[in-house]
Amino acid sequence: MTRNLTPLFDPKGIIITGVSSHPGKFGFVTLHNLLTSGYGGRVFAVGREPAEVLGHEVLGSIDDVPDGAADMVFICTPQKVNEDLLRAAAAKGVTAAFFAAAGYREAGPDGAEAERRLVALADELGIALAGPNGQGVVSTPSSMCAQIVAPYAPAGRIAIASQSGNFVSSFLNMAHHTGVGVSRAVAAGNAAVLGIVDYLEWFADDPETDVSLAYIESVDDGRSMFERLRPIAERQPIVVVKGGATEAGARAAASHTGALASDDKIFDGMCRQAGLIRAGDVEEGFEIAATFATQPVPSGNRTVVVTSVGGWGVAAVDAMAGSSLEVTALPSDLFDAIDAMLPPRWSKSNPIDMAGGETRDTVPEILGMVAGHPDVDAIVFLGLGIQSNTAAMMRNGRFFPDFGLERIVGFHERQDARYATAVAEISDRTGTPIVVATELADSHPDNPGPAAMRAAGKMCHASAGRAVRSLDALARRGAWLHSRGIKP
Amino acid sequence: MARHGVAVSPFVTGSSTDGVVAATMADPEVEFPVVAKLCGRAIAHKTERGLVRLRLTDEAELRSACDELLAAARPDDGEVELLVSSMVAGNRELIAGLTTDPQFGLVVMLGVGGILAEAVADVTFRLAPIGPADATEMIDELAGQKLLGEFRGEPAVDRPRLVDTLMALCSAGQHEAGLVSADINPLMIVDGRPVAVDALIEIEGEAP
Repeated sequence: MTRNLTPLFDPKGIIITGVSSHPGKFGFVTLHNLLTSGYGGRVFAVGREPAEVLGHEVLGSIDDVPDGAADMVFICTPQKVNEDLLRAAAAKGVTAAFFAAAGYREAGPDGAEAERRLVALADELGIALAGPNGQGVVSTPSSMCAQIVAPYAPAGRIAIASQSGNFVSSFLNMAHHTGVGVSRAVAAGNAAVLGIVDYLEWFADDPETDVSLAYIESVDDGRSMFERLRPIAERQPIVVVKGGATEAGARAAASHTGALASDDKIFDGMCRQAGLIRAGDVEEGFEIAATFATQPVPSGNRTVVVTSVGGWGVAAVDAMAGSSLEVTALPSDLFDAIDAMLPPRWSKSNPIDMAGGETRDTVPEILGMVAGHPDVDAIVFLGLGIQSNTAAMMRNGRFFPDFGLERIVGFHERQDARYATAVAEISDRTGTPIVVATELADSHPDNPGPAAMRAAGKMCHASAGRAVRSLDALARRGAWLHSRGIKP
Repeated sequence: MARHGVAVSPFVTGSSTDGVVAATMADPEVEFPVVAKLCGRAIAHKTERGLVRLRLTDEAELRSACDELLAAARPDDGEVELLVSSMVAGNRELIAGLTTDPQFGLVVMLGVGGILAEAVADVTFRLAPIGPADATEMIDELAGQKLLGEFRGEPAVDRPRLVDTLMALCSAGQHEAGLVSADINPLMIVDGRPVAVDALIEIEGEAP
């Protein structure tokens, strides 16, 4: 059954314990981050004695918080005092707690005993317990960065649950870099009560979330995880990154089957069976999630590559070789329509290499025709930003703005911005995903091409191979849903 | 396995040479050439111990092979029996199996089989039970897809029958009390159809 985690992700008021004037302490940092992210609910900082920190009133006790004014408590205090604080918070109407505090199971037998007491107490008080020993929780719909570390993140549709706090930060930094934002993010810490699956269940019904992204290191009850994730994977894409060494488990190895089984292969099979999308590493996991968050799921695998230069198209086709994507032959009516628009030197096959034959409206028109064709399921578009890259050298050179340079620079920059806008508009309108790749997304993120992609809220990949891997994940998802009769 | 719907090559069993030869001659489904094996609950890997005799073309060859197999039994093999089955022919061997994972419980495997199965390690797993879509995806996932198409004059593997085989194997795993692991190796492809030629089944509490 899905736990009610609304007070954890969208609290109306938050109590922070352990707030002092020391800017290196967790309580101070959490208060700072919460006030800086623009959280709109009430914030009750509680310290050892009444004070003022960051211009904010610090209360000497939770008893001074008005009844019912806060429904979440963020615990930064030493382990020994936390049970009393949790009781006091519950008495004020708190129903969710995030324990950043350490000193629990990770700290040895005494800590483990303290964690057992904490779990029992949370159960008795009816409090949803996150952590302990976790870095915090982020929720952009509530402008909430309740974390003992940075960063916050731009708003978006990806929800993150991680068994490692560091990777929450990594994912949030990638959200900053790509401009593809996040709805929720939580570090599970010791996961004494709430685990990754509990968060994923809540995300699946969260109206602010379109795709979940999970980082998993250890699996406590694999069969239960499978049984709980399979039904929710039918209604929301869940991208999984699995960390940790893989080894042959302690299985009956008298059989070949037992000898051939490894934790990794069985986990991989479980993911495919449950409809989870398994990514190879943290970067790929974020990029796949960002693609799900910004592109429609294709209804098939027939893919067309559209490129302004030949080499990139070859790289894209090479990357598709090991994927589920098919480099489809151009339908004859589509071929004729493109042939009428481009000079004779175009590639005359898929990849559509426009060979520099594009005029002002060529790229949006070709993308629109290809995306709208019933025999095309997905597009890879390469070459965005190349005109602006040429323009940048002119703009920064010593001849600018004379010799007509100002005019042509402006034209190139407008064109790339226009292509990016067209990509976003066409994929939204036709339901055909258009993944875009250019190394300029990394090397020159301010180039008008990638910059306009970010402004349109779309993922711009840094290479054709990475774009293809993300598109492959979308196509596999489409096939998984289709073979089970589920509408995307 | 056969009871749960796994296609197996026709066979007879017996504890003595006379008994199994008589049963072979009496069963019209078991046709020469045949293969004879020595089986026992404590015998796991027959090929490695030379307990499989292939391509026996007539009664006399079968009789002498059975005598040799019985003579090869060791005291610690416990109770043994002779199994004679039609020699099915095919160039392609798959492996299918079950094992019990400490995290995920009973899992089912499909892979490229035969004596090189562990070296090739082209295998895929699912949690039992599986549906037809899962079984189909397991087949699609094998790296050796060329082995599953038309191959050296033999027709392509009958995928619906292979799906049925995997589902039947799962059913056996779920309904046979105490089953811990099972190998069907090889799962021979005969005229495109998967046929279980040999199986190893490990039951809880018994030595494999």
